[in-house]
Amino acid sequence: MLKALLQRFGQTVFVLFGISVLVFLVFFATPGADPTSRIAGKNASPETIAKVRQEYGFDRPLPVQYATMMKKLFITQDLTSYANRGEKVVPELIKAAPVTLSLATGGAVIWVVVSILMGTVAAAFRGTWIDRTLMAIGLIGISIPVFWLGQVANLITQARYHDTWLFSWVPALGYVPFAESPVGWFKALIIPWCTLAVLFIGVYARVLRSDLVTVSGEDFMRTARAKGLSPTRVLLVHGLRTSMITFVSLFGMDFAQLIGGGALLTEVVFGLQGVGRLTYQALSALDLPLIMASVMYSAVFVVLANALVDVIYIFLDPRVRDGR
Amino acid sequence: MAGDAPLLDVRDLCVSFRSGGRDVPIIENVSFTVCEREILGIVGESGSGKSVTAMAIMRLIDDPGVSLRGSVRFRGQELTTLPQKAFRHIRGREIAMIFQDPMTAFTPVYTIGWQIDEAIRVHERVSKSEARTRTVRLLGDMGVPDPERTANRYPHQLSGGLRQRAMIAMALSCNPALLIADEPTTALDVTVQAQILDLLRNLRTDYGSAVMLITHDMGVVAETCDHVMVLYSGRVAERGPASAIFTQPAHPYTAALLDSIPPLTGPRPMRLPSIAGVPPAPLERPPGCAFAPRCHYAHDACSVLPPLVRFAEQDVACILPGEGKALPPRILHGAEA
Ligand SMILES: Nc1ncnc2c1ncn2[C@@H]1O[C@H](COP(=O)(O)OP(=O)(O)O)[C@@H](O)[C@H]1O
Ligand code: SF4
Ligand SMILES: [Mg+2]
Repeated sequence: MLKALLQRFGQTVFVLFGISVLVFLVFFATPGADPTSRIAGKNASPETIAKVRQEYGFDRPLPVQYATMMKKLFITQDLTSYANRGEKVVPELIKAAPVTLSLATGGAVIWVVVSILMGTVAAAFRGTWIDRTLMAIGLIGISIPVFWLGQVANLITQARYHDTWLFSWVPALGYVPFAESPVGWFKALIIPWCTLAVLFIGVYARVLRSDLVTVSGEDFMRTARAKGLSPTRVLLVHGLRTSMITFVSLFGMDFAQLIGGGALLTEVVFGLQGVGRLTYQALSALDLPLIMASVMYSAVFVVLANALVDVIYIFLDPRVRDGR
Repeated sequence: MAGDAPLLDVRDLCVSFRSGGRDVPIIENVSFTVCEREILGIVGESGSGKSVTAMAIMRLIDDPGVSLRGSVRFRGQELTTLPQKAFRHIRGREIAMIFQDPMTAFTPVYTIGWQIDEAIRVHERVSKSEARTRTVRLLGDMGVPDPERTANRYPHQLSGGLRQRAMIAMALSCNPALLIADEPTTALDVTVQAQILDLLRNLRTDYGSAVMLITHDMGVVAETCDHVMVLYSGRVAERGPASAIFTQPAHPYTAALLDSIPPLTGPRPMRLPSIAGVPPAPLERPPGCAFAPRCHYAHDACSVLPPLVRFAEQDVACILPGEGKALPPRILHGAEA
């Protein structure tokens, strides 16, 4: 156990190192990315430029600059932005993280629950109109662009029907911290959650349905029926439980990617200051410290999510426990 | 046992599947009976419809294009028209089934014991610990070493032989009157195979169960069964007491199957005589005797479907006995050696 943990930690450090070096090198190899002139401002005098260069350490060799940046990011945590002078990036990220975490977690709960329901019902009624209808709905969900769906949701709940009894409870766009008001938090996020979940519901319901259909042809499903179990029990206890394995690995990847900033579009449409948006701003401003911080943050979450999926695997599949 | 109504009475069972817009007959007019504590062997080459027969009796075929005709009576109760819900009380409790491949027949994510407990608790109101006690006893009876620990192991942690023993334990968990075993030893190696057959043979005394043993191996039948039914291409070729069929098979196909049993004593021949050719696909069955294309004795009269007729102690679907040209009694391998 301890060995596995240490191994995982070692891997994480290795991955973080690799990614950070890559980001760092790509940044300095990008033409026009030189931060000195942007920090100093247009038409700055050579003296100012020289001063900035010295102050930010741009005159030092790259490895030294890299080491300094890593030290400021991880140890002293006082790395400052190139774009907004004096702004510290770590607190910025810490402020954005709960927003994204709330958005992704809530959306995930919805999409997991709904897609399990949809996939299971579709598989149970395989080949009937129920199956076809559910899968068609899923397909529509997959094909709707999130951005468009978000805009329409806003149009309906914020503008057009905001004054009707149906949507008058919807607060203005933006995030309400959970600690401030749990109800407010929920109200502010429920529509973004649903919007985010729509895409995933279609994909997950399809994957689960097809896994369930495949598994229903397996010998052990026949054994379960031959034992005299009810069709519901056969499907849920033997079929669904066995089919969750693909579902979970898919979930691990998608969830990590969302936590790491992949929910950018949803964040933008609903005015949520999350990690996705922060990364986007950092990239458009070519703000290396912020880019570096958010990339490191995403990488940590991807690694964490993978570790979590491994743990769930061990729980779900005894064959994994024995290392088979 | 004479005069008793049979435990299972299958009459004119026909199974067909819809495929390409028409019904493909897989099983045609198969009839047989199984009495209490009897072991019936159902033999035939792969594809002859043995599994389909078993699955049809259990009503486990979930292909939407299937159609079933005929009658299956279990203790006098008609099973073919029984609602699925009522059938669930028969499955596992009155008629249990085990399958060919013990590797894949258990759900991989639950322990063996959990799955046997489940089989018990679905039919009987017993507590978890009572169920587990019975599970452990059953596993022990089936010759599973250290049954308490084995019950807590997952299927992939056991060998094929142990899994099949556990499978039989699960099938016997509610004391069924009939056990249908579909090629239970085919996937196992020879020594394990002999042990499992031993186990099946003793069920009638230890558990009072009748067994319907499906196999493609006449050797297995010779060691185990009281009665035999030989299927060829979805039809009964011959049916009768094992002793009669082994001494004087009346159907050339049965005789050919018997010739392919490796001798128990004496040197093993390099190659066993096998029957040339393959059985016809269901749609390509000849109008008359389905075995005709492979039969040494085929002649003009065989182009009419031969009915099942009585010959000595058995029923046979061949015109030879009726023509007074019955096959000669067999010289047993033992006598040769
Ligand atoms: N669901 C099905 N649909 C169509 N044909 C089937 C189906 N199941 C079995 N068959 C056909 O029925 C025949 C008998 O199969 P089976 O009973 O499995 O043979 P056996 O068990 O004797 O080897 C085969 O030709 C097979 O192709
Ligand atoms: S009926 Fe004719 S073809 Fe068929 S088994 Fe008998 S002799 Fe052979
Ligand atoms: Mg078979």
